[in-house]
Amino acid sequence: MKKILAIGVLFVFVAAGLVSLAQEDVFRIAALMPSATNDLAFSQSMYDALAAIQEELGEEAFEFTVQDSTYIVDDAAVALRDWAASGEFQLVIAHGSQYGPIVEELAAEFTDVSFAWGTRQDTFGMDNVYSYAAASDEGGYFNGVLAAHLTETGVVGLVGPIEVGDGKLYADGFANGVASVDEEIAVNIVFIGSFSDVPLATEAAETHLANGADILTGTAQMVVGPIAVAVANDVLWFGSDASQDELSEDIGVAFQIYKWEVLLLDMISNIKEGLLGGEYYKLTLENGGLVMEYDKDFEISDELMAIADETIAGIVSGDIVPIPDMMEEDSGE
Amino acid sequence: MGLDEILTASVFASAIRLATPYIFAALGETFAQRSGVLNLGVDGMMLMGAFTGFYAVHLAQQGETLSEPASLLLGVAVALVVGALMGLAMAFVSVTLKAKQGISGIGVYLFGLGLSELLFQQWVGTPKSVNGFPRIEFPLLTDLPIVGEIFFHHNLLVYVAFALVPISAYVLNSTTFGLMIRAVGQNPEAADAMGVSVARVRYATTTIGGMLAGLAGASLSIALINLFQQNLTAGQGFIAVALVYFGGWRPWTVAAGAMLFSFVNALQLQIKVIGADIPSEFAVMAPYVITIIALVFATKRHEQPTALTKPYERGE
Amino acid sequence: MNKASGNSQLALAGRLNRLIDFAPVLIALLLALLVASVLLLALNANPLEAYDFMLKGAVGSENATAETLVKATPILFVGIGITIAFRGGMINIGGEGQMIVGALAGVTIALVMGEMRIPPELAKERGAFDVFIVACSLVGGFLAGALYGGLAGFLKAYFDVNEILSTIMLNQIAVQMMNFLLNGILLDPAEAGFNNIPKTARLVTAAQLPRLSLPIGDPHLFDRTRLHWGLIIAIALAVVIYIFLWRTSWGYRIRAVGENQRASSYAGINVRRQMMFSMFLAGGFAGLAGVVQVLGLQYRLQTDGSPAGFTGAAGFNGIVAALFGGLNPLGAIPAAAFFGGLLVGAQKMQRELGVPASLITAVNGLIVVFVVSSEIFIIQRSKRRVSLQETPEGLDEAEETG
Repeated sequence: MKKILAIGVLFVFVAAGLVSLAQEDVFRIAALMPSATNDLAFSQSMYDALAAIQEELGEEAFEFTVQDSTYIVDDAAVALRDWAASGEFQLVIAHGSQYGPIVEELAAEFTDVSFAWGTRQDTFGMDNVYSYAAASDEGGYFNGVLAAHLTETGVVGLVGPIEVGDGKLYADGFANGVASVDEEIAVNIVFIGSFSDVPLATEAAETHLANGADILTGTAQMVVGPIAVAVANDVLWFGSDASQDELSEDIGVAFQIYKWEVLLLDMISNIKEGLLGGEYYKLTLENGGLVMEYDKDFEISDELMAIADETIAGIVSGDIVPIPDMMEEDSGE
Repeated sequence: MGLDEILTASVFASAIRLATPYIFAALGETFAQRSGVLNLGVDGMMLMGAFTGFYAVHLAQQGETLSEPASLLLGVAVALVVGALMGLAMAFVSVTLKAKQGISGIGVYLFGLGLSELLFQQWVGTPKSVNGFPRIEFPLLTDLPIVGEIFFHHNLLVYVAFALVPISAYVLNSTTFGLMIRAVGQNPEAADAMGVSVARVRYATTTIGGMLAGLAGASLSIALINLFQQNLTAGQGFIAVALVYFGGWRPWTVAAGAMLFSFVNALQLQIKVIGADIPSEFAVMAPYVITIIALVFATKRHEQPTALTKPYERGE
Repeated sequence: MNKASGNSQLALAGRLNRLIDFAPVLIALLLALLVASVLLLALNANPLEAYDFMLKGAVGSENATAETLVKATPILFVGIGITIAFRGGMINIGGEGQMIVGALAGVTIALVMGEMRIPPELAKERGAFDVFIVACSLVGGFLAGALYGGLAGFLKAYFDVNEILSTIMLNQIAVQMMNFLLNGILLDPAEAGFNNIPKTARLVTAAQLPRLSLPIGDPHLFDRTRLHWGLIIAIALAVVIYIFLWRTSWGYRIRAVGENQRASSYAGINVRRQMMFSMFLAGGFAGLAGVVQVLGLQYRLQTDGSPAGFTGAAGFNGIVAALFGGLNPLGAIPAAAFFGGLLVGAQKMQRELGVPASLITAVNGLIVVFVVSSEIFIIQRSKRRVSLQETPEGLDEAEETG
């Protein structure tokens, strides 16, 4: 038993040695996520981005490691500290606004490690912290415009988690997008009080349908339930965060995709030049960090496609402001 | 907004759907508790039933080896078997090894929670849907106004759940097996003296509890939602345990508790959809508050099985 | 054999026996890890390497040990409370909700008092005032949790509402209350805006529970780790509650009701009051767990919408720790430390080997089931021991088999 253990330990050391030899030119990222990497939502968007970067840079130049399902905020502190202290990672990502206070504390202690956290516009004034956010109101607005043109009953339903953060941004943007087309259309919004309660989210979607909705949308990982409801009842679905194309079969219309790789690649090149942080990034339609992806199985009429293109162009140029009140607040910061 | 906008037929239909997994799981737990076994692992068993049932249907439908109805029956069978196995394991731990039931149940819950998610990640990957039990269209009945929408537009498992209520009540109250269960839960020494094997009865009830928990999970993954995701049940198994206490260990009142809880939940969703201006947090907490309040005012004539959570030691 | 040497031999045999008592637990643990190894192998991970990382993650360094103890602290608080409740015949599943309510009350007191200005002539009493703030917050957290737990006790005692039902429901009510308050009146003023995170402002230093380091070595042991005074408070209270339960008449009454309600009632004990009292104390300790997490560790209360996001499921793990600790507050200390190490070490294993978090959850479940199942062997041994120790021949036999 002891012998096997000794061999095991030896193996670990050799492996560690090999890694440290190879490490010279490899850029290594460690990322912490609140839910599972296959959630078709927030956590998956980051995982997909890291995988895309690895695809682009090659495994010999880029490696990443993740700890997912870290919904216990306090556990994040242990993982982030472990990674920061190991010195093996050039960038440590805390993918969840709830991790902010922990990043603030650790960044002050490990000043030579670069941290990134989101979604939030706040680098704590530290030059080794990047922060990032997504203008999910833009995709929400876009989806709202399309939904308004596609609804026949004049009722659309949204299922959200809790009334904060990106979920609220998306909901507000969506409602404004619908209203920009036709103020008469009812946007029914239900926040179910949880990110993970699929049964309740499913029944919320059923309740929307019972009240006349013929289009559904929503954010967070529990929307798989509402998507299934949309499929079963043949009503249209608009998504956010990651592509839900496969699950939504032929009733998906458009998805707002977070392309975190856009800002991560910029961070990587900054860090390689010795700039460890101090910058704030925001994914937008303009900088290509937000991409509207149409469902492969859904055919959009030329007329609607023209409206869609126009909406994107309007948001990109700044002619369309998804949430006008927030604009003032942003410029105030 | 008027009451007619809030109390629509769809709210009652919604309550019936929401209640289905609770009824399955809580009836199963009623059997176990009536014989003296507190199974806190219901949620873990539900998750395992939900995943394995889903996976069987997923494989069968993907390979097109079975017709759709056959694939669904296979899913139900798999969920029942897996639930039974977990029930047997729980019985072995709490009856044969006499482990503390509160704690072993939490262990079983964690095991089911972790394993169902692990297998899902390894074997399926991301959420995928299956063609689950379709809603049944009854001739004439489904088209009835209001009544049709409330009662005659559900999938098969919903009717099975409600049919199990009188069946469970009959088994518990009017059969020899039911008498044995109650005797073992109320006075194991006397039951033993009369030649009833306490262990065998408890194995049977805990296994039944596991099977119904598995079926509860499957009712979500292949009938009501038709997909699996990690922690699909979101703690419903614990609510089911609470409902057994609500119903005073009697199937009819347990089911009534499930209906009350689900009705308030359906109502709060409806109130939010039609745009009532109340904080969503209060709406979400309503079913929990009202369940407690309802029990405060209910008249209670039940008696807790005296041997609940107590392993049986034959006196020497 | 004279009496004195017989006694010392008895004592030796007793100690040996107690050591051997741990054997089934260890075997159960090994069996659980063996089953887990199969899962690890199926995932192409080397089990030995995995357990090595687990051990390193739990106690492999000063910081790892500190994190284990940090994780153990709320589990211990809850575990002490659960012990009291169980001894009083109450099953408290409401640790999660009571933690949340305790944290809400404690953080409110700490925030308000932290803002207070003391008159200049009392400036030199600043240190004492800081201690006062922390003490008030802790007491406030205890009382809030106690009232929330006591509510379940009250409902049980006077309305026959089963406490398992009410505490499960009250957990959900507490988390929604937290979401409401943290997004409302308790919201960090700096967060007001469109995509706010529901959290309170950060506590001023004066309202924080200090970090803990032991004057061993240089720098001091646990310096620069997150270990805080909550651990010391928890251990001290474990001792206090041990004395309370077994050396005071109040504790005796709680245990009497837990043992036999009817007999207690005949003996003139107010059973209803004892039910409420034991749930009151159980809730209070969970409330302390909650407020200590805020004051000692996170320095603010924030929510991700779920209970476990804040509590780390300590409300449930505390139940397990209490039962593993033999429903004895002193036993809960090593039990909580064990679980802290298990949870922290398992995460290290996940990070280093890239095994899914779900595997860790499943393995934790296995360990709980296996270890709790091993208890029967200890009980059987101790039963045999009692009958053996009655005769000198039996003693010899015990020595031989030991």
